Amino acid sequence: MKKIFKRPISLKQVPFRFCPGCGHSLIHRLIAECIDNLGIRERVVGIAPVGCAVFAYDYFNFDILEAPHGRPPATATGLKRAMPDRIIFTYQGDGDLAAIGTAEIIHAANRGENISVFFVNNATYGMTGGQMAPTTLPGQKTTTTPSGRNTKTAGFPLRVSELLSTIEGASYIVRTSVDSYKNLINTKRAIEKSFRYQIEERGFSLVEILSPCPVDWGFTPKDSIIWLRKEMMSVYPLGTLKDKFKGKNKWKKELL
Amino acid sequence: MARILAVSGNEAVAEALRQVNPDVCAAYPITPQTELMQRFASFVSDGIVDTELILVESEHSAMSTCIGASAGGGRVVTATSSQGLALMWEMLYIASGLRLPIVMPVVNRSLSAPINIHCDHSDAMGARDSGWIQLWSENAQEAYDNTLQAFRIAEHMDIRLPVIVCMDGFIIGHSIQRIEYLEDEEVKKFVGEFKPLNPLLDIDNPKSYGPLILPDLYHEYKRAQHEVMTKVKDIVLDVAEEFEKIGGRRYGLFEAYRLDDAETALVILNSAAGTSKDVIDEFRERGIMAGLLKPRLFRPFPYEEVANALKHLKAICVLDRADSFGGYGPLFMEVSSALYQVRERPRMINKIYGLGGRDYLPQHAEQVLSELVEIAKTDKVEIIKEYIGVRE
Ligand SMILES: Cc1ncc(C[n+]2csc(CCOP(=O)(O)OP(=O)(O)O)c2C)c(N)n1
Ligand code: SF4
Ligand SMILES: [Mg+2]
Repeated sequence: MKKIFKRPISLKQVPFRFCPGCGHSLIHRLIAECIDNLGIRERVVGIAPVGCAVFAYDYFNFDILEAPHGRPPATATGLKRAMPDRIIFTYQGDGDLAAIGTAEIIHAANRGENISVFFVNNATYGMTGGQMAPTTLPGQKTTTTPSGRNTKTAGFPLRVSELLSTIEGASYIVRTSVDSYKNLINTKRAIEKSFRYQIEERGFSLVEILSPCPVDWGFTPKDSIIWLRKEMMSVYPLGTLKDKFKGKNKWKKELL
Repeated sequence: MARILAVSGNEAVAEALRQVNPDVCAAYPITPQTELMQRFASFVSDGIVDTELILVESEHSAMSTCIGASAGGGRVVTATSSQGLALMWEMLYIASGLRLPIVMPVVNRSLSAPINIHCDHSDAMGARDSGWIQLWSENAQEAYDNTLQAFRIAEHMDIRLPVIVCMDGFIIGHSIQRIEYLEDEEVKKFVGEFKPLNPLLDIDNPKSYGPLILPDLYHEYKRAQHEVMTKVKDIVLDVAEEFEKIGGRRYGLFEAYRLDDAETALVILNSAAGTSKDVIDEFRERGIMAGLLKPRLFRPFPYEEVANALKHLKAICVLDRADSFGGYGPLFMEVSSALYQVRERPRMINKIYGLGGRDYLPQHAEQVLSELVEIAKTDKVEIIKEYIGVRE
């Protein structure tokens, strides 16, 4: 019998320990599938963040470097410059990338570093127990905003992809989601495209992925998908925000 | 009447902050401190305190925010742990250099790499030279009491310095202990109204904080900081005396446990002192004259007082829950410096224990005390610094 579905080689044979309904496990799998498809497993080094994805090294079947909270883009820069033939990606939460690490991501993009950034936006600090992040929605209840985020004192949701797309050094910026089969496929295409851009030395790319955190949002996995679609997507619309090389791709099927 | 409850260390300190009702709080989460600021955030959200709560994007910004608010003339707090304190390093020196009376509970946790969320004292020891006063706490009660006293010490008109209050992450921060809270009114009276000193925005007396000072006066500025530190001990004792009147609990520069007639002793900070005291009692029952010294005020370090308390002993072991790689443990270095100044002094050894949350067990205290008994007998030290509780 022909095997038509299997675990990617780029994932270890261990079960994920994320909460039920968490988007991180889906995103890990999509990244691993893309690395398998492109045949780059032996050239890849991932940078793990501090956040719920801190255990990336437990799941990915290739080398991982753990960076301090917020520092993956700077660490990736050093790594890529030292080993330009390797494929370097960072995997970062919204706390890691859009709060404590805001400076690093802006400057890595501005220098047009030839790296891939996978940015998991779940509108909260998941790992520390669901505190307000800069990406938290107005009125969203978190453990540090028990009566909902008040934009007067706590600011507005930070649209990182929109912000980065204004930076000249950035080549490809896209926002996707993992709420449906269609969006999973689109996310996978975006991840693959980001890797291809890096292989072709096209510079900085970032895939922002809207991802559910049912536990800290206080919803069931099912309801968290509904909330993501209804509330998150209206603040963070999906789509390509920037693509310097649109229409110039040599691959057969034009990806997202 | 004191309220007696069972709460975690984080909850106890959050309650102290509620009772103090500071003007500004900068909050940013990090394990194992997170719960502390979270509880305080809910007080703000419920309108129980009047504090301006700022949810900042990193500890770097948290301390910068505190510096701004404190220079503006407010009573200011934040709390952190581990990497968070490390990320504040630059600002710590600025807060103390500007003589800003910020109060910061630090729920002790190890430092990366490798990343680890559990208790040791590497974080606060890294801030040792930053010009902050440091108070250390064995349990939730001491953390609560020290936090209240920290405001009085920091804001004392003769010193005006920032204060760190340490307690052990998870072991104390997260575990439920018995606590006696003071009444809100008593706390309010004890800490008093905040009195700004040279605040900004005093229109008739414009001033600058932190201007450039080159070799002409920088040296003098730093000497002034050294001098003000020499006044801290007395103020800590005065505040403790006043606190005892309302709280009934007595605090000093350190706790001396069964030390007067002891021949051997442990010197140890925070929660592990509690475990050690039980073992010392057992040794005493067996007729072995053991004792313990638990520092409370670590910065400024009370050298003469510690030397006086320990000089009559035959052998002591300083246990450090942090290492200074390539050197002795940080507490050992202080105690050695203190004792060097006295002519007759005990033999000393240094044990590094409990890094990254490794349990400190009664048998570790037993092992060390037994070694001390041997040293006292033979007057010989084989190895000065050694790790204990290591998996082989
Ligand atoms: C310097 C520093 N400050 C704070 C922390 C505590 N911390 C760990 S994870 C985290 C938030 C992570 O949130 P995010 O990046 O959104 O990841 P998620 O868990 O939501 O995937 C924080 C604040 C830390 N590790 N280091
Ligand atoms: S806390 Fe949220 S982000 Fe973290 S594993 Fe659980 S669901 Fe996922
Ligand atoms: Mg997040």
